[in-house]
Amino acid sequence: MATDAISESGARSDFWQGVRLSMPVVVASAPFAVLFGALAVDNGFSVLDAFLMSALVYGGASQMVGIQLFGQHVAPWLIVLSIFAVNFRHVLYSAGIGRRIAHWPIIEQALGYFILTDPQFAVAEARAQSGQTVGFAWYLGLGLPVYVFWVIESALGAVFGKLIPDTHALGIDFLLPIYFLGLVLGFRKRPLWLPVVIASTAASIIAYKTVGSPWHVSIGAIAGVLLAVILPPHHSGVKARP
Amino acid sequence: MSTTFWIIIAGAIATYLTRIGGHLVISRFDNIHPRVEAGLNAVPAAVLTTLVAPELLNAGPAEWAALVVTAVVSLRGGLMAMFLAGAAVLILARQFVG
Repeated sequence: MATDAISESGARSDFWQGVRLSMPVVVASAPFAVLFGALAVDNGFSVLDAFLMSALVYGGASQMVGIQLFGQHVAPWLIVLSIFAVNFRHVLYSAGIGRRIAHWPIIEQALGYFILTDPQFAVAEARAQSGQTVGFAWYLGLGLPVYVFWVIESALGAVFGKLIPDTHALGIDFLLPIYFLGLVLGFRKRPLWLPVVIASTAASIIAYKTVGSPWHVSIGAIAGVLLAVILPPHHSGVKARP
Repeated sequence: MSTTFWIIIAGAIATYLTRIGGHLVISRFDNIHPRVEAGLNAVPAAVLTTLVAPELLNAGPAEWAALVVTAVVSLRGGLMAMFLAGAAVLILARQFVG
């Protein structure tokens, strides 16, 4: 590891820079962690189960779907398949972020992929796009607070679940869409941004209406990515980069 | 160990496979074709859009107000500013229109 003082203090400031960027994610995901814990207990999970699922799966939407099906006594293999389907979009994140973190030691990469959530990917991609290196200290600073709060708040939700007041008036059901919209707009300078957003919007809404959730995520995402692949390279600006 | 425990373990493994799988596939190729790279560059906008778009179908005045303010603030401000502005408008608007 780094032994000289300069790179160590550099890593430390990188870490805290990541922590600062994690704060909106911690705020936006908190209600969902508590809600997950409460719903989990409501659907027959113990507090320990809720804690374990948040600590090991660490994917909000898939956890919600998982406990929902568990409460309906759906076959275990079908629950696992549903979790896989909801999380399938991470395959695309993984392919994208791999280019940015390939220089890390293998253990750090393995840990990095474990905490590869929607905001983790989006914020790391934005950093790479701005020409900065995605270092392990920065990436961990961004991801660790979100993980720690997510796990603790899930357990708290499981213990105190029944105490949540009117969630609608507090707007917690709509905080994540707001946050994700902000992330989408943050990528607006990329080549093909508008066509990709239009294609993904149309495809995901059509799929949502026909095939249903959670497949609309994968279908909408693939539509946008395919459009970028199909359009002639001079539109996508890939060749133009050094 | 209980069934619940094994569901959680299997769900965790399935999730980790999705998080590492794309990288394992892509890293087998020495050269990334420009079209594949263009596709990878489209991933953030494409996936994150699908997490917002269906919400528009059920959005009322309060939700639309929040999204518009979020969009306007995001043109100038940082991530935290746009998030807080959107959330504030949403909570405020819901007190009036429900």
